[in-house]
Amino acid sequence: MSPVTKADNTPSASFLAIDGLTKTYNKVTVVDRFALEVEEGEFVSLLGPSGCGKTTTLQMLGGFVDPSAGSIRLEGRDLIAAPPSKRGLGMVFQSYALFPHMTAAQNIAYGLEVRKVPRAERDERVRQALDLVGLGAYGDRYPRRMSGGQQQRVALARALVIRPRVLLLDEPLSNLDANLREEMQIELRRIQQTTGTTTILVTHDQTEAMALSDRIVLMRAGRIEQIGGPEAVYARPANSFVARFLGKTNLFPGTVGADGRSISIGSHVFAAPAAATPGATIVAVRPEKLGFGEGGIRGVVRNRVFQGTQWLVELDTEHGPAIVQRQNLGAVPPAIGEATGLVFEPDAVHLMAPEADK
Amino acid sequence: MSGRNGFWALLFHTVFVIFVLAPIVVVCVVAFTPEGYLSLPVNGPSLRWFEALLNNRDFVSSFQASLLLGTISATLAALIAVPTAIAIVRHEFPGRTALLSLCMSPLMVPSIVLGVAFLRFLSQIGLGGTMVGLVISHVIIITPFVLRTIMNSLGSLDSALDNAAASLGSDGMTTFRRITLPLIAPGILSGWVLAFINSFDEVTMTIFIASPGLTTLPVRLMLYIEDSIDPLVAAVSTVLIVLAVLAMVILDRLFGLDRMLIGTNDADKDK
Amino acid sequence: MRAISRPLPFLLSIPAALIFVIFLLLPLLGTLILSLQDFSLATGIRPVYELANYVEIFSDSYFFDIFARTARIAVFTTLVTIVIGAPEALILMRMKAPWRGIFLLVALGPLLISVVSRSLGWALLLGGNGMINQALMSMGLIERPIQMMYTEFGVVIAMSHVLMPFMIIAVMTTLQRLNPQVENASHSLGAGSFTTFWRVILPQMLPGIMTGAILVFAMAASAFATPQIIGGRRLKVIATLVYDEFLFSLNWPLGAALAMLLFAVVIVVAIGLNRVAEGYFARMYK
Ligand SMILES: Nc1ncnc2c1ncn2[C@@H]1O[C@H](COP(=O)(O)OP(=O)(O)OP(=O)(O)O)[C@@H](O)[C@H]1O
Ligand SMILES: [Mg+2]
Repeated sequence: MSPVTKADNTPSASFLAIDGLTKTYNKVTVVDRFALEVEEGEFVSLLGPSGCGKTTTLQMLGGFVDPSAGSIRLEGRDLIAAPPSKRGLGMVFQSYALFPHMTAAQNIAYGLEVRKVPRAERDERVRQALDLVGLGAYGDRYPRRMSGGQQQRVALARALVIRPRVLLLDEPLSNLDANLREEMQIELRRIQQTTGTTTILVTHDQTEAMALSDRIVLMRAGRIEQIGGPEAVYARPANSFVARFLGKTNLFPGTVGADGRSISIGSHVFAAPAAATPGATIVAVRPEKLGFGEGGIRGVVRNRVFQGTQWLVELDTEHGPAIVQRQNLGAVPPAIGEATGLVFEPDAVHLMAPEADK
Repeated sequence: MSGRNGFWALLFHTVFVIFVLAPIVVVCVVAFTPEGYLSLPVNGPSLRWFEALLNNRDFVSSFQASLLLGTISATLAALIAVPTAIAIVRHEFPGRTALLSLCMSPLMVPSIVLGVAFLRFLSQIGLGGTMVGLVISHVIIITPFVLRTIMNSLGSLDSALDNAAASLGSDGMTTFRRITLPLIAPGILSGWVLAFINSFDEVTMTIFIASPGLTTLPVRLMLYIEDSIDPLVAAVSTVLIVLAVLAMVILDRLFGLDRMLIGTNDADKDK
Repeated sequence: MRAISRPLPFLLSIPAALIFVIFLLLPLLGTLILSLQDFSLATGIRPVYELANYVEIFSDSYFFDIFARTARIAVFTTLVTIVIGAPEALILMRMKAPWRGIFLLVALGPLLISVVSRSLGWALLLGGNGMINQALMSMGLIERPIQMMYTEFGVVIAMSHVLMPFMIIAVMTTLQRLNPQVENASHSLGAGSFTTFWRVILPQMLPGIMTGAILVFAMAASAFATPQIIGGRRLKVIATLVYDEFLFSLNWPLGAALAMLLFAVVIVVAIGLNRVAEGYFARMYK
């Protein structure tokens, strides 16, 4: 199910309009009718597990993979017919793809040189780009002699200096260690907001997608599962795949009462947060929304991990495994082997149709 | 391999080194004999035979022919190999493997067979005993060497580099000239040197197609040895050995001889 | 792979394809045809197509003896390169920083030296009054020089020297891919050096030895310069026989037939050994 697939082919008014984009390799469809509209200045992430077709989608946008079907329009102009060099998109590659025989400044200047930008202007723009990414003093360094984070900044500056209409980033931070990655996420967001460049980021790291994006496109096996803002997709996942992919979650089988106003998980009955369709359902509760107490769902603690700022508790319940995350406010959660009840506020739950669960 | 070499291994190694170096060293030493016959220069070294070599018109002209032949052939081989390597490494097309096998096949055909084949073929097309004929045959047998080093260079390039250049607005030709070519230049150069050496040293095939008027140095040497072995041939061989050592140093500097021949992983050689 | 402009790869391939078809396949085909033709001093080469040359080669024991000698020399040369080259490759592999590079140059560098020069070196060493005989006599170990020139022994020794680098390269290439920890693992499991070598290292070297053996055999069987210099006119192998047919007897068709047979034998043996090896190692590494 791809909720945003559009049937009509009318040129859209949006800045970047992708519709029905499909790639088939030897009868295997790796990207299936990808449709997305992006506003100018927006930061959109393509998020999904390995092999779900993110890179292929981005490569089709960049012009490095020929689509089997579909259209890509940038400001109403058809992009598919244009070769990569004429698309005017900036691209940052997972491997950075810095030219090893050129200094940082020469790398950045390359796009301007092939555009025949006059010398003086070129030098000025290269300097600005180096400053933008905080590498003002490193213009004469060769990539080989720069750290991963610095190389990454050069790649970004090189893509931005040509003032691309859209910036495409393929897992640009995945080669960096955890600390540097966080630092670069903040940096990337700052730079994107400074330049106002429309950006599409590919990642399989959900925290990265949530930290950076205006909207997230969740993909699975070549298809879009859900599109929405970070808070929205986190709080209201379209199905259990999305729920699980965006961090840990608890999924309990439940039933909505005939009046559509009450929900039961086994013997535990509580009021529905909003009117719901009667019948079987899946109740999703985020681990941080679960607490210990009397009543609720019965379970036994299987494992307990202290993580400094929080506790992580795994339980076996009568409705399957559950996980609870409690902020460390001094109270110690139940010990391993202890039986307890799991309680939650009725409005902390999110209901999903069971058939969406694969 | 993390193990250490023990006593017996080192003894074996010493014998091996002697075995490898002995014939080469003997040639170089004998070349300096002052006597008129093969002997060690016990009474001090003399350049007598090198002088004789310089005054030997046959050897000097063969040396020049070999240099010219090697230079032209290696250059042509590189010119042929670059586009071929790009097609094979960078593109997927019907006949790709066939092309690769075709271009590598001279390595599989014994030189003696190639000599026979070219002797007949070149005389049929009227190029027997000419420089053009020699160049054609040498280009065929040395192209595989250049092709392989260039393919290695291309293969070790990140293919995203081309895409990066394209995304920056660079057309195919510009990308080739400014990105690909400079990056595979060391590969082309080492391939050229390797091809030159192989052309320069080739004897089995060339002995069939050389003519009395146009002969390469190793062939001249071979024909001379068939008649008599005297210190003059040792002097010629010494020149060839010195040349080989020079090539070795160049290749080692450019590419790392071990990496080129064995394919040592880069981690070992990172600068 | 990118799939841009489709004609580009074909355009790029044209020069090489044309040159190799015209200047490699055509001459080889011509040689095959030549081997079917007839020659006599009176008439020269006559354009008939018959298998007479091949029949002559197969029915004359003179040719059989030379084929047998060539095979013997090739087999022994291969064995010598294995026995010396394989352990040496392992020793080189285990060397540390400066030594490894230096001795790698020593071991592989001779590849760049003309075969003629290297064979000449052996002629100087092996000759009747060559360095080896002189040394042995001055030490009083022998009274009269040992005959080593113009013998199969001499040819095998010189040819092993000439082809040794190929064996070392093949074995080292295989060793390169080994996980160095495997050896440590074997030791940690309590195996001694000998057991480790026999049970862990040697089996992993085998594919490289096999590749090297195929290469060395093929080159030894068709070698010309070394047998010509060390073996001389007296000790003919196929390659030197072909040379004589072409440049002295002028019987080109017979020479071509000999060359084609040599080519066929080398290819069949190489492909056959390769099959055997692949079948064996595929089981081992699948
Ligand atoms: N050239 C190709 N030929 C055939 N199949 C391909 C090709 N390129 C990609 N695929 C397949 O398409 C699918 C999607 O690949 P893609 O690289 O787009 O995934 P991805 O989402 O970027 O994954 P990752 O997170 O691992 O980078 C994979 O199953 C892959 O095997
Ligand atoms: Mg990817």
